[in-house]
Amino acid sequence: MNVKHFMEDRLLVFEITEELDHHACEIIRRRADYEIQRFMPKRVVFDFNRVVFMDSAGIGLVIGRYKTVNGFGGKLEMMNVKDNLRRVFEMSGILKMIPVIDSLEKEKIS
Amino acid sequence: MEKQVKNEMKIEFLSKSANEAFARISVAAFASQLDPTIEEIADIKTAVSEAVTNSIIHGYASTEGIVKVKARLYEGEIEIEVSDNGAGIENIEEAREPLYTTKGNLERSGMGFTIMENFMDDLSVESIVGLGTKIVMTKKIKKETTTY
Ligand SMILES: Nc1ncnc2c1ncn2[C@@H]1O[C@H](COP(=O)(O)OP(=O)(O)OP(=O)(O)O)[C@@H](O)[C@H]1O
Ligand SMILES: [Mg+2]
Repeated sequence: MNVKHFMEDRLLVFEITEELDHHACEIIRRRADYEIQRFMPKRVVFDFNRVVFMDSAGIGLVIGRYKTVNGFGGKLEMMNVKDNLRRVFEMSGILKMIPVIDSLEKEKIS
Repeated sequence: MEKQVKNEMKIEFLSKSANEAFARISVAAFASQLDPTIEEIADIKTAVSEAVTNSIIHGYASTEGIVKVKARLYEGEIEIEVSDNGAGIENIEEAREPLYTTKGNLERSGMGFTIMENFMDDLSVESIVGLGTKIVMTKKIKKETTTY
């Protein structure tokens, strides 16, 4: 996972590069929570562009971070959710609570 | 008519989470003999990953044991069996419900069985508390009709 901080926007982007199974999600979760607590972002984006595999562990990972970020008034979004990932997310209903965006559109916020 | 087994494989490994990828990639490689589509392979990988993860985190939890994965190829169909000698499931019907999880505190979403059911054509679950769990799933691999 690559972590990108955009200080001026208080935006944190997690660019995921791993296959999102239980094994990888445990590692990513620890890193993501560390970054979130340190940075207290207004906005967190999970970028799935480079993810080639995801099972139900990915749902748990996103819901868990959604709760944390929501808890202090931040916003969580997902980006580049391709069809194979969408099928998994769709079953869980989380697409109804977490917005999927096409690009960061940084200039629009702030 | 009795279905004829075309090929068969079996792997066994320790219940370590690093083996989740090993298991799904092995089964996917074996399944490729049936010439599946990319989508069918993705479905098989996801279902195997769900079943193996369940054996590791629910079956064996904090203990360590052996997870077994068997795959059998028939004409146009794959059958996959994943089993453990772990904790077992008390109420299988309840466990198969969407969103049902006994490990919500560990960020499980309770979608594993639902995904296996949706991504495969058939799923059966056998379990005895204290002895372990065996799940068998099958998927039809459609024949591509190629016209030259
Ligand atoms: N091999 C197993 N051994 C013991 N219990 C199991 C096993 N597989 C599933 N279970 C039980 O069935 C429940 C539902 O399983 P399911 O895979 O649907 O959800 P989950 O694993 O809890 O969450 P998720 O798969 O979304 O991360 C589990 O919470 C667990 O209680
Ligand atoms: Mg599961």
